[in-house]
Amino acid sequence: MLRYLLHKIVLVLPTLIGITICAFAFVRLLPGDPILAMAGEHGVSPARYEELKEQFGYNLPIWQQYAHYVRDAATGNFGVSISSKRPVIEDFMTLFPATIELSFFALIFAMVLGIPAGIVAAVKRGSWFDQSLMGTALVGYSMPIFWWGLLLIIFFSGYLGWTPVSGRIGLQFFFKPITGFMTVDTLLYGKLDAFRSALSHLVLPAVVLGTIPLAVIARQTRSAMLEVLGEDYVRTARAKGLSSARVIGVHALRNALIPVVTTIGLQVGTLLAGAILTETIFAWPGIGKWMVDSIFKRDYVVVQSGLLLIALIVMAVNLIVDVLYAVINPRIRAA
Amino acid sequence: MKKKLTFAAALLAASVLGGVANAKTLVYCSEASPANFDPGTTTGGNDFDASSRTVYSRLVEFKHGGTEIEPGLADKWDISDDGLVYTFHLHPGVKFQTTDYFKPTRDLNADDVVFSFDRQFNKENPWNGEKYLPNLTWDYYTGMDMPKYVAKWEKVDDLTVKLTLTEPNAPMLANLGMDFASIVSKEYAEQLEKSGKMADFSTKPIGTGPFQFVDYQLDSVIRYAAHPDYFKGKEKIDDLVFAITPDATARIQKVLAGECDIAPYPNPADIGTIKANQDVTLMDQAGLNIGYMSYNTTIPPLDKPEVRHALNQAIDREALIKSLFQDAGATPADNLIPPTMWSWDKSVKFDSYDPEAAKKVLADAGLKEIQLWASDRVRPYNPNFQRAAELIQADWAKVGVKAEIVSYEWTKYREEGKKKERPGAFQIGWTGDNGDPDNFFATLFACSAIGVSNYSSWCDKDFEDLIQKAKKTSDQGERTKLYEQAQVVFQKQAPAFLMAHSQVYAVVRKNVSGFMMDPLGIHRFDGVDKAE
Repeated sequence: MLRYLLHKIVLVLPTLIGITICAFAFVRLLPGDPILAMAGEHGVSPARYEELKEQFGYNLPIWQQYAHYVRDAATGNFGVSISSKRPVIEDFMTLFPATIELSFFALIFAMVLGIPAGIVAAVKRGSWFDQSLMGTALVGYSMPIFWWGLLLIIFFSGYLGWTPVSGRIGLQFFFKPITGFMTVDTLLYGKLDAFRSALSHLVLPAVVLGTIPLAVIARQTRSAMLEVLGEDYVRTARAKGLSSARVIGVHALRNALIPVVTTIGLQVGTLLAGAILTETIFAWPGIGKWMVDSIFKRDYVVVQSGLLLIALIVMAVNLIVDVLYAVINPRIRAA
Repeated sequence: MKKKLTFAAALLAASVLGGVANAKTLVYCSEASPANFDPGTTTGGNDFDASSRTVYSRLVEFKHGGTEIEPGLADKWDISDDGLVYTFHLHPGVKFQTTDYFKPTRDLNADDVVFSFDRQFNKENPWNGEKYLPNLTWDYYTGMDMPKYVAKWEKVDDLTVKLTLTEPNAPMLANLGMDFASIVSKEYAEQLEKSGKMADFSTKPIGTGPFQFVDYQLDSVIRYAAHPDYFKGKEKIDDLVFAITPDATARIQKVLAGECDIAPYPNPADIGTIKANQDVTLMDQAGLNIGYMSYNTTIPPLDKPEVRHALNQAIDREALIKSLFQDAGATPADNLIPPTMWSWDKSVKFDSYDPEAAKKVLADAGLKEIQLWASDRVRPYNPNFQRAAELIQADWAKVGVKAEIVSYEWTKYREEGKKKERPGAFQIGWTGDNGDPDNFFATLFACSAIGVSNYSSWCDKDFEDLIQKAKKTSDQGERTKLYEQAQVVFQKQAPAFLMAHSQVYAVVRKNVSGFMMDPLGIHRFDGVDKAE
């Protein structure tokens, strides 16, 4: 097991280096000189331009800038935001719980609907339910998040008035964060009405963010289930005279869920990418919205370090999923 | 144990801060998070709305809804005859805000004023650099050429401050009404310096303005309370909340749903919906901006005013504006400055559409080909340079001039465009800083701005004399006359095609009173009230 773990970690290293290069190169390939972009229409005098270039370290050769960046990142120094002047890691830590909370509820939404739907579709393969579910999943998978979010806001918040338009909690509730997770904090304070408000604010963004994972999970569950249902041991179980519910629920599902768990783990990347749009529409104070703001402000330090931090998280989660997979399925370890 | 204590403290804070249910609360759905709350260090309109216009005051202020200067922390000021020395007399008994993080022991005095400016240029001042915040650049202080014009700031006595200039500069007064010129507390700065928490100066602001800072949840909500000792009288609103909502459609839905009272910058596509709604009002105003197209006046045949007039006449400006701005609308420009700015001359009219007349002049001048410049960026004064270029290209083709569209990415575009020898017609624009006409005329068309921001490379003696004289004259009546004459010269010489001043909008619920659109693009909440 240890060997397997080490092997996985070694495999991660080239990816990590690749990411630092991408994050570094990406912000430098964006059109627009960062200093001129900061100066706006006013422009800057050539002398001031040189001064600023030196202050921000843009006067150094590119490889040296990269070396500094890697050195700083390796020592946990992710730089200071050009616009807010706060350490990037500080803002990241403040905002990240909001993204986790939203992603968590989105994933719950996707799993609670996706897994049962996938099972039913597999069991009733070829039925109208199966066909329409797979059709819907395809639509869900290709849903433009931005448009979908606005559509839901206009209908449920604007027209029906059922859900709040945006934000994390009603403005009348005001307390210092403890964990940073609104649903947890409200309960810690013992404020049930605040908890309800936090939940109601989660509904639309979680649905929007969960739409693509829902489609993926439903399709994956269906195909995994179909594969398992054709296996010998399922036939044996049926032949033993077990009830259909027991065959599907215990014998088939447990084995079918293995690839589904991997799929769910891989959704972390999709969720973080989707959070960029979802958070912007729903004014959700997480890292997705923060990245978009920073791109518009040409805050290269934040974009570069934010990309790296997000990539690190996705990689860490994938690593954990790999390991968990090995735990559930011993055959993998040997391979 | 420590965790338990933190939890208890948080609980206490919650119960104390939570008890404001019956207060009158105004919610403003702002468009972006403020970078920080020190207006000397930031540059965005949303930064200023959240700091300088709520928490701070300045020596002089802009009249609410206008660009004229009126007394602020200074009740009055004297300007020496040579225009070099400004003496400000401060309002007595002005209180700084008392919060849970700062309790002032004295009223505002001359030390605070001197400190507020000194920190922005004096490298010896501990608040000037890294010790306070990393990567400080003081963009507006340098951008408004303050280092060039200011010789020194001096305290005469507690309530008198003297500013000495290096040369006469009438727009200085307008500069002092700008956000970067907000007056901060020296006592608070000293306290933070002693406790080693200097960065708090930018996150927990203390000023003398109408509202005091209560709390900021990063990227989400900013809370303020009315400053009870505000020197112009406590505001009618008890609590002011900024709900940060970046998406324009969500912002408007929030106003329509009653989740906020005021929201700026609606999407043009939503304007119809807003107008049809009974609960809200759509406010609009010509913004403090101009979209225009500079001809290089040094390269024949564009050096002849009649050729430039003819090119202007060949463009169907009404159709162009309609196509570019669509539902959002824009005010066709007659002058370089917008009608909301003082000294705007209503007698001056821009060239009317007359392709027949234009055709003849252009044929006589032998103008057959021209470069027409366009960039990729959306600007407030021009939502689509490329589309504008295509429409103008089609109009010019009708009068026998073939335009070649030249495109670059925005930064490179301006780099290339400002070069003295750049040929053809260059689309550009400007958003004003301080509401002073000098900020348009001299910044964009002074002889000294050639190669910097005078994209027409235009240096006209009459025009230059007028604007330089206006810059050195401190009497506003006199200055108005000079700028009016300058506008007449500008129209006659036509160094540019003037397109439009784009409209700026805000959506306000009907029970809100006292909110005004500001030509400077700021959002102010002093004087705003709300009926329950």
